[in-house]
Amino acid sequence: MLNIILIAFCILTVGSALWVLWTKNVLHAAFALLLTFLGVAALYVMAGADFLGITQILVYVGGILVLLIFGIMLTNQAGNKEGGKNMILTENLNRFWGILIAGGFFGLLFYTFTQAGFQEVEQQHFGEISNHSSTIQITGIQLMTDYVLPFEIVGVLLMIALVGASFLASKNE
Amino acid sequence: MLTDFGYILLFIITGIVFCFVILFVGKLLRPSRPNEEKLSTYESGEAPEGNANVRFNIRFYVIALIFVLFEVELVFLFPWATVFGNKHLIEVTNGLWGWFALAEMLIFVGTLALGLAYAWVKGHLEWVRPKIQTQDFTSKVPANLYENINKKYEK
Amino acid sequence: MQQIPDVIRQIPLNYYVFFSAALFCIGVTGVLTRRNAIIIFMSVELMLNAVNLLLAAFSSYKADPAGQIFVFFIMAVAAAEVAVGLAIIVMIYRNIQTIDTGILNKLKW
Repeated sequence: MLNIILIAFCILTVGSALWVLWTKNVLHAAFALLLTFLGVAALYVMAGADFLGITQILVYVGGILVLLIFGIMLTNQAGNKEGGKNMILTENLNRFWGILIAGGFFGLLFYTFTQAGFQEVEQQHFGEISNHSSTIQITGIQLMTDYVLPFEIVGVLLMIALVGASFLASKNE
Repeated sequence: MLTDFGYILLFIITGIVFCFVILFVGKLLRPSRPNEEKLSTYESGEAPEGNANVRFNIRFYVIALIFVLFEVELVFLFPWATVFGNKHLIEVTNGLWGWFALAEMLIFVGTLALGLAYAWVKGHLEWVRPKIQTQDFTSKVPANLYENINKKYEK
Repeated sequence: MQQIPDVIRQIPLNYYVFFSAALFCIGVTGVLTRRNAIIIFMSVELMLNAVNLLLAAFSSYKADPAGQIFVFFIMAVAAAEVAVGLAIIVMIYRNIQTIDTGILNKLKW
């Protein structure tokens, strides 16, 4: 049962990712990306990382995707042409070589992972686990103890990104 | 944990199925007599003009950007909030844990508040209002004339 | 502090590994073949997502929360990256009125 749901979400995610890859309409790509992010969020939950799944929806779907759509609307060549169609189209480039390289890369990864044999490793080496309701508390404790310096640095990074991006975007308005 | 999320999944599936069922039932029941006016896009009663791909003002982007970065900050606040008042941890560390966590989070929020202050000082949060054009035209018809007409027909 | 739910043990790790490889390769293809700079950005996000998912899955299997914290930081950095990157793309668009990478070839040898 669990495996079937997992595979269903995998198919949903890969399918919508392929849609991002294939579609000519940029806005359709953005909406397909929404489906991909939701599928990945579900897969996070099934990997036992429930808080990451929620974070994925909050940050990626609620934030990054909105920014991307704003980016699309800010850079469409069509503008507001009279009688123009409601589409923002784009072309592909070097399709053959791109697919060849990525396909070869996938083959390489596939071969490596099959040889690595994670199936056997997982039975022997991984530690005992106790049942716990949510990963959010572990995350909190880790953030405040082991990873407190990266945490503060992320704060500084976000501040710099805020200043830099708002400066760039509103330059010579 | 997974069962809780299973409920959410069921909820989502039910929502989607419900939408389609209702639309399908509506399609079965309703009379279908489309015309040009009915099929045109609804723009608050105005005649639709141009296409949907209007170039946005860059100010929208700056606001969205500030929103996203503060949303990330919010995501960092959640796990902190669940352990900040943890009784066990406070007892073990003699009360130090609470103060430490609070100080760290204040530094974090303070750093981002600095960025917000920058955006505020630079005026990214202010919206440029279009000037409202007022007309100098003064009507020769006195206002009480309208009232008289209203009174006349009032019953 | 080794407390990560048991659910992950019911799912073979290989599913996650192969799925992540597929998603990553789709991202690579997107970066190599698409011409719109924003779609290239989306493909980069796909690759980031694939790696994040693999980190989270392995972290659950190993009952070590460190991987999930990494994903957490990666997401924060990704948000900052998108904010700055899109601002740069918007500036490019303002200066040369296009974001087509077939035309943005001044850095090509």
